[in-house]
Amino acid sequence: MTLRKYLVLAGVSIFAVTGDSLVSAGMKRIGSISLRHLPDIILAVFHPEVTLGILFLLAFFACYMTALSWADLTYVLPATSVSFILLTLVAKFVLHEAVSLTRWLGVLLISIGVGVVTQGPALTHRPRHTESSDCLTASTARMEP
Amino acid sequence: MKQLYAWGAVATIVTASTAGDVLLSRAMKQVGDVGELRRRLGLPAVVGRVLRNPNFLLGVSAMAIAFYAMLFGLSWADVSLVIPASTSLTFVTNAMAAKIFLHERVDHRRWVAALLVAGGVILLAL
Repeated sequence: MTLRKYLVLAGVSIFAVTGDSLVSAGMKRIGSISLRHLPDIILAVFHPEVTLGILFLLAFFACYMTALSWADLTYVLPATSVSFILLTLVAKFVLHEAVSLTRWLGVLLISIGVGVVTQGPALTHRPRHTESSDCLTASTARMEP
Repeated sequence: MKQLYAWGAVATIVTASTAGDVLLSRAMKQVGDVGELRRRLGLPAVVGRVLRNPNFLLGVSAMAIAFYAMLFGLSWADVSLVIPASTSLTFVTNAMAAKIFLHERVDHRRWVAALLVAGGVILLAL
């Protein structure tokens, strides 16, 4: 794993937290949407906070797709769950929210989970149908942690 | 009734995002390492190669369903229920789906990691 790849994984976490928070804040301002008013859910994406949240989620998506091009899904998902830890630290030290002992225990479990998965190889299965032989060679080289 | 709708949204998010993750992962493995391809062919060629992949298009469609289910879910219930419940369940369903459909070697280390993260997410929501 190179520094660039760790930065891509960090990008997945940071952009996901920011995007989810903004979309959540926007949806709370819009309020409850009835199934009988389906067009309202389409119009919701034009709310400024939801729009900004979607832009961050697009940045998350670009980083996520990049990570999936050189690592297993079962590596990328736990490795990028650092976002939950970041969210709790922001809640405690930036927003000065009360974080209970149970939530710190949750952070501890996630931290151990991230530590466990990142000790192993990023890629375990060599895909059979890559679009270029160069990529196949490269993916073989990436089997090491 | 809203609680029932919220759990229906959670079930839809989990199913659609698992399908989306598996399809996107398969698409990106077919495309190859984006960083290396970008250096060799340039960014427009890489983007074109990704956008032409059928698994990518199906994966994005599944993700769009998951996203709209999340918007509905967030309008019916608190973010502290919808996001942790759907995320923690998705970690477990993704591990199963990656083993079955992507033939990833999901060893003890990855199962332990997925379950620890899923458990941690639930604790964060309590």
